[in-house]
Amino acid sequence: MMDVYMMDAYTIGLAMLVLVLAVWTVVARDSFAAVVGFVAYGLLLALAWVQLGGVDVALTEAALGSGLTGALLLGAAARLRVTERPARSERPGRLTHLVAALVAAGTTSALGIAVLALPDPAPTLAHETAANIEATGVHNPLTAVLLAFRAVDTLLEATVVLFALIGVWSLAPDRAWGGRPGPLHRVDPQGPLAFLARVLPPIGIIVGVYIFWIGADLPGGKFQGAALIAAMWLLAIFAGLSDTPRTDRRMLRLALIAGPVVFMAVGAAGVVIAGAFLGYPEGLAKPLIVLIEWALFPSLALTLALIVAGPPARAET
Amino acid sequence: MDAATLFGLCAALLVGIGIYALIVNPQPLRKIIAFNVLGGGVFMLFGAIARRGAAAGWGGDPVPQALLITGLVVAFCATALAIALLLRLFEEAGSATLAPDPPPSADGDAADH
Repeated sequence: MMDVYMMDAYTIGLAMLVLVLAVWTVVARDSFAAVVGFVAYGLLLALAWVQLGGVDVALTEAALGSGLTGALLLGAAARLRVTERPARSERPGRLTHLVAALVAAGTTSALGIAVLALPDPAPTLAHETAANIEATGVHNPLTAVLLAFRAVDTLLEATVVLFALIGVWSLAPDRAWGGRPGPLHRVDPQGPLAFLARVLPPIGIIVGVYIFWIGADLPGGKFQGAALIAAMWLLAIFAGLSDTPRTDRRMLRLALIAGPVVFMAVGAAGVVIAGAFLGYPEGLAKPLIVLIEWALFPSLALTLALIVAGPPARAET
Repeated sequence: MDAATLFGLCAALLVGIGIYALIVNPQPLRKIIAFNVLGGGVFMLFGAIARRGAAAGWGGDPVPQALLITGLVVAFCATALAIALLLRLFEEAGSATLAPDPPPSADGDAADH
């Protein structure tokens, strides 16, 4: 079993490519080129996660770390194109470069020494997880950790996603408050983007729901599935086939908070029926986990898409 | 040397590259990218440690792996907020510089206050 993860030419080549792309994002003259390099960097990191035995993490990296973050960065790089030339005169002097190189080399050396000095055998919580996973009723150990053993982390995480959206929205200029996020996209309805936006979403939505559905037992889960659904909606928006909703709609706001509210309600109910916040009574763990996941999934997809769409920009209805 | 050690050392280098770029590149957008490269290194280091803890028939220790998923989602949120702040700065000031004495903006009427 272990041999699969031992070093081979592929693994070494992958690590080298990750490093080359990281350097590319630094040295690329043009920010747009740097962003493209960063998206490729994220996808290669996802492959590295597979080599490290973390398929769930790989899916998250590809969907969120590379995909949605890449969409955000590409949009920003396009908007900020006019600032490229003036910024070139701001490059810091030789001393700053030297200090930065010393700080970077020092940190890398310290981390490298720490990696080589890691204890053997490595400490692990895998045995404890395996011993208690039966009680949760799910078979994917990550889902068990995320929604049972460390559910409070996931509750805070779902809240952070919501707060990020509130933060993004609060940056809207006064005249656009409550309006629709982003510009109105007008694209040739016969062009390749409109074509892709018609062909891909049916497939992407099915794959997204599938990834969400199997998350209880196999690699996958709500965050990865929700990111994919969000990407499909954004594709339709960018192709002009759909528009972002007005941010002052009450139904939209209810849909956004529904997931975290259900999660908190289950947590609070745990105080009464299981004696602890987010405690699940015996035999009810699986149904409660499924309830939380079903409530979080649509809220997350909506929140992630609207975070990428940005602050309200158009006041018209 | 196994894959976990290789990616652990790779992660140490990624952190270094990220820190260097964060300091020397004057453009805020490039600093955001650098911070994400740095973050990728931190996550990979944690992932290598999770890989070393593989047991019970799983590819890695599920507890750090689950925390990694949380970390990736939070990193995305922080990046989104940073980009929104940057674009707002650009809208208001007509430039996206962090320099204390910015060059005269090309578009002075961008501010709406």
